[in-house]
Amino acid sequence: MLTALIMVAALAAGAPENPNPQHPAEEAVDPYVQADANAGAKPFEGDAMWKAFHGQAGVDRVVDELVDLSLKDPRIKDIFEAHDMVRLRRTLKEQFCYILGGGCTYSGRDMKSVHKDLGVQNTDFNALVEHLQTAMDHEKIGFRDQNRFLAKLAPMQRQAVER
Amino acid sequence: MRARNLGLVAGAALAFASAASAEELRPLGKLLLTGGVTTIEGSGGGGLSSWATITGYETRDGIGANVHGTLVELPDYQFRAYGAAVGFYDRIELSYTRQAFDTQGTGAKLGLGKGFTFHQDVLGAKVRVLGDAIYNQDSWVPQVAVGLQYKNVDKAPVIAFLGGQDDSGVDYYVSATKVLLAESVVLNGTVRATKANQTGLLGFGGPGENDYSLQFEGSAGVLLSKRLLVGGEYRTKPNNLGLKEDDWWDLFAAYAVNKNLSVTAGYADLGTIATFKGQRGLYLSLQAGF
Repeated sequence: MLTALIMVAALAAGAPENPNPQHPAEEAVDPYVQADANAGAKPFEGDAMWKAFHGQAGVDRVVDELVDLSLKDPRIKDIFEAHDMVRLRRTLKEQFCYILGGGCTYSGRDMKSVHKDLGVQNTDFNALVEHLQTAMDHEKIGFRDQNRFLAKLAPMQRQAVER
Repeated sequence: MRARNLGLVAGAALAFASAASAEELRPLGKLLLTGGVTTIEGSGGGGLSSWATITGYETRDGIGANVHGTLVELPDYQFRAYGAAVGFYDRIELSYTRQAFDTQGTGAKLGLGKGFTFHQDVLGAKVRVLGDAIYNQDSWVPQVAVGLQYKNVDKAPVIAFLGGQDDSGVDYYVSATKVLLAESVVLNGTVRATKANQTGLLGFGGPGENDYSLQFEGSAGVLLSKRLLVGGEYRTKPNNLGLKEDDWWDLFAAYAVNKNLSVTAGYADLGTIATFKGQRGLYLSLQAGF
């Protein structure tokens, strides 16, 4: 009853438009040009790596654990604060899927833009790598396949680390 | 007096620590094993060969340091080394190690006396000049460092008797290290300008040769897990003394228990040393630090 009243009141006051109709759970971001090149690495050819990561379900689990571990890590959790974790999880899953040859389109921003002014240091970048390794271990992804993937991500250090 | 000195040292350490925290030094930022282990000469690298990696687990935002102890058990000799090294900002490495080359029972056969032991101090400095062994996986450019090792061995009369021209010398080297992450492979190549006989344990220069010569060190390893690197090394050496000095090689496994402790075990073939052939045996090294 109370809820209904509030809703009516809100409607009467003119409810704000959803700022991000495509992804209602996410905050709006400034416009940018979408391109797979924004993912920052060329995808693997064939589907061997996609299979090694157990497809979309595996990538989802890896990304979710990567983000969960990072948010708990006192070394790096502050970097994530005040950022949209819903969007981060979605775009990371897209990025991983795209690079691993899963055929996704990457809709996020490029690596330089997303890390701008975050103050990421090598220690932070490496901490994220450690969490990714933990998540890949838990997903039972072979060590050599883990390294093949990390080799794609490693050069992003140059865009992610600003100081 | 001693207590007062300790107090001064502690005070200085505290002052250093607080200065450090003001600059937000961040320790332990490197990934496992990526600072390398400690060579017989105290530098960061493999076992016999210095690499372009800067020792310690610091990144460019911190300072790392470690101590090490190394033992090579040979049929006719025993080699021991212990020392400490500091890595500054993943850029500069300073190291000190003290080596003991114990002739054991062989000393008597050589006329030196049982248990006659050469000691050598090695002071090392290394600077990373370009590249990054790990991050730049989209390029063939390796991490490159230049270094020097000042070496001073005792027992000068024996060195002179063997034909050694000097009991101290400086090695200069250039190292290139690359991790081929997609292949889980680690490679290093080092070129060393040296006059050292048996890396300096038998002095520097000799009747056959008293100029610097260029020697090569090559290492290759495979990462079997993020904690374990197995591989081999080869190191060429000059033959200044005319005692048929052999090249060295080893097979090793380096295991990082965590970022504070790593263990390297291997099999080293040091060839002929002071006329005694077939010096092959167990190599064991512990490194503890941060």
